[in-house]
Amino acid sequence: MAEVKSAEFKKASGRALRDEKLQHSLEHVMEHFVGARASVIENDFGDENWEAMRTRAAAIKQSTLEHLDYYLDMVDRSVRRNGGHVYFADDAAQANAIVLDIAKRNGVKTVIKSKSMVSEEMGINHILEREGIEPVETDLGEYIIQLAGETPFHIIAPAMHKTRQEVSALFQEWLKTAPTQDIKRLCVYARDALREKFAAADMGISGANFVVAETGTVCLVTNEGNGRMTTSAPRIHVVLAGMEKIVPAVEDLALFLRLLPRSATGQRITSYNTFVGGPRAPSDEDGPEEFHLVLVDNGRLNLLRDEVMREALRCIRCGACLNHCPVYRKIGGHAYGWVYSGPIGAIVTPPMTNMKVARDLPYASTLCGTCKDVCPVKIDIPRLLLHLRHKVAEGALGERSTTWMERLFVGQWHGAMRNRKALEGKANLGRLLTRPFARGGKVRKLPFAPMVSGWTASRDFPAPAPRSFARLWREELAHDNAHPNGTEQG
Amino acid sequence: MKVLRRLGVDVSFPEDQTCCGQIAFNGGFRSRAADVAKHFLDVFENEEQVVVPSGSCASMIKVYYRELFEDDPETLERAQAVGEKTREFSDYIVNVVGTSDVGAASEGLVTYHDACHLLRELRIKEAPRDLIGGVRGVELQEMENSDACCGFGGLFSVKFPEISTAILDEKLKTIAESGAGAVVANDCGCLMHIRGAMERRGMNICAMHLAELLAEDGTDG
Repeated sequence: MAEVKSAEFKKASGRALRDEKLQHSLEHVMEHFVGARASVIENDFGDENWEAMRTRAAAIKQSTLEHLDYYLDMVDRSVRRNGGHVYFADDAAQANAIVLDIAKRNGVKTVIKSKSMVSEEMGINHILEREGIEPVETDLGEYIIQLAGETPFHIIAPAMHKTRQEVSALFQEWLKTAPTQDIKRLCVYARDALREKFAAADMGISGANFVVAETGTVCLVTNEGNGRMTTSAPRIHVVLAGMEKIVPAVEDLALFLRLLPRSATGQRITSYNTFVGGPRAPSDEDGPEEFHLVLVDNGRLNLLRDEVMREALRCIRCGACLNHCPVYRKIGGHAYGWVYSGPIGAIVTPPMTNMKVARDLPYASTLCGTCKDVCPVKIDIPRLLLHLRHKVAEGALGERSTTWMERLFVGQWHGAMRNRKALEGKANLGRLLTRPFARGGKVRKLPFAPMVSGWTASRDFPAPAPRSFARLWREELAHDNAHPNGTEQG
Repeated sequence: MKVLRRLGVDVSFPEDQTCCGQIAFNGGFRSRAADVAKHFLDVFENEEQVVVPSGSCASMIKVYYRELFEDDPETLERAQAVGEKTREFSDYIVNVVGTSDVGAASEGLVTYHDACHLLRELRIKEAPRDLIGGVRGVELQEMENSDACCGFGGLFSVKFPEISTAILDEKLKTIAESGAGAVVANDCGCLMHIRGAMERRGMNICAMHLAELLAEDGTDG
């Protein structure tokens, strides 16, 4: 499985904040996605219809998840009926072994891949390389980060953090092309290099945006046509799909194919919508000889088993929550430390990988709620973040991992807030302790309080008022009672 | 208080009140939060109506108490009853008292920041704007992306101060670009955050709670 570096969240996010070039790219790309989405929804549907579509999509996905065993079985039967093979993989290692076995059995030398987030979870490229099989990413963004040896920065725009200069440098190094700043030229270089791979590949690995249970159809949504090449040119086609990718019927796609591109890039429809029904039939002129569908768990059961977290599996990986998240827009994708980033990454990474390693992620949100409002399948992300925080603070021993400082703070707070007398006592202590640092009602620096010093590094902190509101109120009431006919002093 | 009394509302301040418990709840410490929330219910249960001056506190009581007490049906029922009679300050004035003119007067351009919980949990958007519009001598000047988060997020602001401040930078930029002399919000957290940074940077813009603006009667500018 791909390495989990979420424990480095704070350090990595700090690096991103200080990277001016990155800040510039983030601002522009995010602004573009947000604007395009808003205008296409307003033009095509209006808020009310869009809301109804989201509600319906959420219900379809949720009910599929509630009966997942039934639909997994249906997928299995449908795909086999079409002449394909179906595998169930518990984890990344099993999924990798299945793919490797298919490749070895067929003497595969070169694998072309269209975009698949599950394959990122699996870290399959390294496994193939180790066995002397060359994996080539064919989505342009994925191709760029493969050359750079990085993980996706964004679910749908994996190389959005790379400038044209950086891409040119990568191509010079790996493809021996001439330096250029011209994006069209760079695309031609990539196209030329990839053409050869498409022609030579023995095996194509794709992801799946949707797997239709009733028909066994795999639906792919792409903009570059590489998905179609991957699924039709090589002899063997392997589909890697998270087991939550199922929709019951083809008609459901009519809804999801409206929601997905609009939420993701603000497009009405992507350049290519590909529907794969299995291996080539005797009457077909082309298509793969073998078709394999690998349905991957890899931590998804941890989400499914938890009634609150289950809805996270409704996700269709559009990236809208990333684009609208004030935190993602500042720190980008790599700080989250695994495959998924932004709000969706913060809720799926801890249960899918390791709660303790990824303990910072549920807290890496202001809970502003924008993600919930833009999610096409209405995942209540703030609620799920709070649920995970509860596990981190008070959950089972294997999940709990707060610092002593946090526990001390909450203990003190708890003591103070259970009644007013205790609160007044603590407040008086606070007045006493902060007095030496207060200037004109402000505290600029609090050296002895590690939690508060994070605040005062960039912001003044209001010094406790000399007298509490309760006391002022008491005095005002006393004054009123003494002068029942007196007018209010403005 | 001054504003509510000016409107003829019979206001009391139950002195034993402390906190709604949100800070611990958001930190994940639900059992600690539940103790404090129960104290809140004890104090306010017998009041006719509860008015809360902060959007996120109001959303804690109205929305998240349901979550906090989901496994405690008895308290849940009490929490729901209190939740129903709890109103956020601006919502109370406009939709319960039924006015957007509280007899306040001031001067200048004022911009309004939509606090996240007020807007996206309680869906209160117009009431504060109506009230600002009702202040004589004041004009509401919308900032760009008024609904964008200011980066406070409670614990978030001390756990990840760098990210929090980076988000705040955007907010301060849009506030300054609006040209307003004051920014108004209905959430004490956002205000502490925004005001703290403005003061640190010596910005000549005032960050104030809606109640502070509404309390002005034109005599003290």
